[in-house]
Amino acid sequence: MIHIKELHKSYITGTNSLHVLKGIDLSIASGEFVSIMGSSGSGKSTLLNILGILDNYDKGNYRLDGNLIAKMSEKKAAAFRNQLIGFVFQSFNLISFKNALENVALPLYYQKVSRRKRNLIAMEYLDKMGLAEWAHHMPNELSGGQKQRVAIARALISKPKVILADEPTGALDTQTSYEVMDILKEVNGQGITILIVTHEHDIAAMTNRIIRLRDGVIAEDIRNGEVKKMKEMAFAAAN
Amino acid sequence: MFDLDKWQEIFSTIRQNKLRTFLTAFSVAWGIIMLVILLGSGYGLENGVREEFEGDAVNYLSVNPGMTSKAYKGTKPGKPVSFTNEDRDLLTRMPGVTASSARTRIFGSGVISYKNEYGAFDIFCCHPEYAQVESIRMIEGRFLNQADIQHTRKVVSLGKIVADALFKNGEKPLGKYIRVNDVLFLVVGVFDDPGGDRDMSRIYIPISTAQKAFNRGNSINNVCVIMDGATPEDSRKAEEEIKQTLSARHHFDPTDTRALFIYNTINEYQRFMQLFAGIRIFIWFIGVGTIIAGIVGVSNIMMIVVKERTKEIGIRKSMGATPSSIVGLILQESVLITALAGYAGLVIGVVLLEVVGNNMPNVDYFSNPEIKLDVAVSATVLLVVAGMIAGFVPARRAASVKPVDALRDE
Ligand SMILES: Nc1ncnc2c1ncn2[C@@H]1O[C@H](COP(=O)(O)OP(=O)(O)O)[C@@H](O)[C@H]1O
Ligand SMILES: [Mg+2]
Repeated sequence: MIHIKELHKSYITGTNSLHVLKGIDLSIASGEFVSIMGSSGSGKSTLLNILGILDNYDKGNYRLDGNLIAKMSEKKAAAFRNQLIGFVFQSFNLISFKNALENVALPLYYQKVSRRKRNLIAMEYLDKMGLAEWAHHMPNELSGGQKQRVAIARALISKPKVILADEPTGALDTQTSYEVMDILKEVNGQGITILIVTHEHDIAAMTNRIIRLRDGVIAEDIRNGEVKKMKEMAFAAAN
Repeated sequence: MFDLDKWQEIFSTIRQNKLRTFLTAFSVAWGIIMLVILLGSGYGLENGVREEFEGDAVNYLSVNPGMTSKAYKGTKPGKPVSFTNEDRDLLTRMPGVTASSARTRIFGSGVISYKNEYGAFDIFCCHPEYAQVESIRMIEGRFLNQADIQHTRKVVSLGKIVADALFKNGEKPLGKYIRVNDVLFLVVGVFDDPGGDRDMSRIYIPISTAQKAFNRGNSINNVCVIMDGATPEDSRKAEEEIKQTLSARHHFDPTDTRALFIYNTINEYQRFMQLFAGIRIFIWFIGVGTIIAGIVGVSNIMMIVVKERTKEIGIRKSMGATPSSIVGLILQESVLITALAGYAGLVIGVVLLEVVGNNMPNVDYFSNPEIKLDVAVSATVLLVVAGMIAGFVPARRAASVKPVDALRDE
């Protein structure tokens, strides 16, 4: 699903150049549930933004679902984002003056689905998140967990192949974080590839693969069984 | 443009930002109100002056004798110049003159009566051609004619106000005899005059009759020279020629500015028309300035709007919004606000003009302030275009923000 080779990214501010990603090689197969870890400032968000075609990269090569993602028109990028990717953000990023239903329906608006039809579908997705009765509430009337569930519904409504989530539980308490992770696990169970950025071990432990960034390169790439082991370690540490 | 979804998007953002929308709308509406009032007032001024001129013809020169102020060939200054019938005959023969009339005014002194009704009105003694000078319209009967002059007939044409004052109880004035300074005159006509009440409060009698009946010999007060089709240039030449001709006859210095007073309506009219052209240019200059200020205002506000909405635009982009859909969103909002506000300003401006126009005391040189429909419509169209221009720069900026930067915006 995702193939990157020798990916480089620098930020240039004034005369300073900050080399953040220094040659990332990474392949993620369809249906994987991956978490990206690393200390603050290690470039996790930078990587995720490039994967989401929200930002460009300097060097290397990125393929998403077989499409080479390089310099392209903003229009084409918009189409890729709309059809292939669903975003979940730490700060939810709901549009404040739209109610839950309208927020969820937004990606379908950009697919030119009729208002009636997209509201119907949005209602369905909200219902799946257990938020049917909150459909006509504004974001500021919802709790953090509810907001994130609305955001997940919005990310799913366009039937994307990949969900990219930058610290989706970063603003939530433990209980709610686990609920959100349960939902993401269920989504992953339907075959959708999921990438989350997190710095919480227990959250990362709920995924099937952990990638650790350090100094702009991948320092560790742990899979399946190993993850389970880590989960136990985390459990032991918690007790 | 008629995508209902887009409109709903726009209405929801407008609802969300009432104050901002109101401020934008207000600045646009204000600009248009000012423009309408300016244009309307300019038009009122023009109307007023035009009406002032319409009272009389604008193709004649009124020649009045004065008193010499310069010594000339042995004559001392201070000699009064006086006209006789010969002066009129002399001026009538001048090239370019199409008609002429003598005029002797007997102001308010004459008591005019019919049966028990009487009043003091101005008596104008003139030739039939004088009708052209005053743009007189006959209501009934006729004005004076050449036969009246030739036979010194005691006939009179009454202004509408005079007729109404003398003939009560529905009595018909035509064919009746009225008393003018104790001389009986036959009423041959009643007239209306666009010049207003003053011009209708007079009576006209033949100059020849007046000279005979009131012992005025062959003297006249004034000569009005009509030059139909003359250009302002022609009229100024004629002025000079009149001075030359009369100075030779009356023995005064042709450069003496006090010996003759010539009121040249052809020249005056041109001067006023030039003034209006100037005023119109000035008004449009201010008006266009006002509109430009409005555009800049809207553009600025839209710029702030775009800045405020950067995060939202980032979210929309991450959901798959294309740059053109973002441009459309901002542009359509800007056009909607300017068009609606502009229309409201137009309506308010027109109503204000109407109210002012209807409640204004009758002032000279100002009447019927109004704005023509086509001007109003083109102003509105201009405004929608202005809205587009105003929205375009901010919209382009909004569309060009990198999504990652937009999302980071707080
Ligand atoms: N737009 C930017 N301009 C300049 N520097 C940036 C920008 N975005 C991120 N950085 C820098 O790049 C580094 C990596 O940032 P980021 O990817 O956000 O890290 P993480 O998400 O792992 O905390 C940090 O040092 C950060 O300050
Ligand atoms: Mg980060």
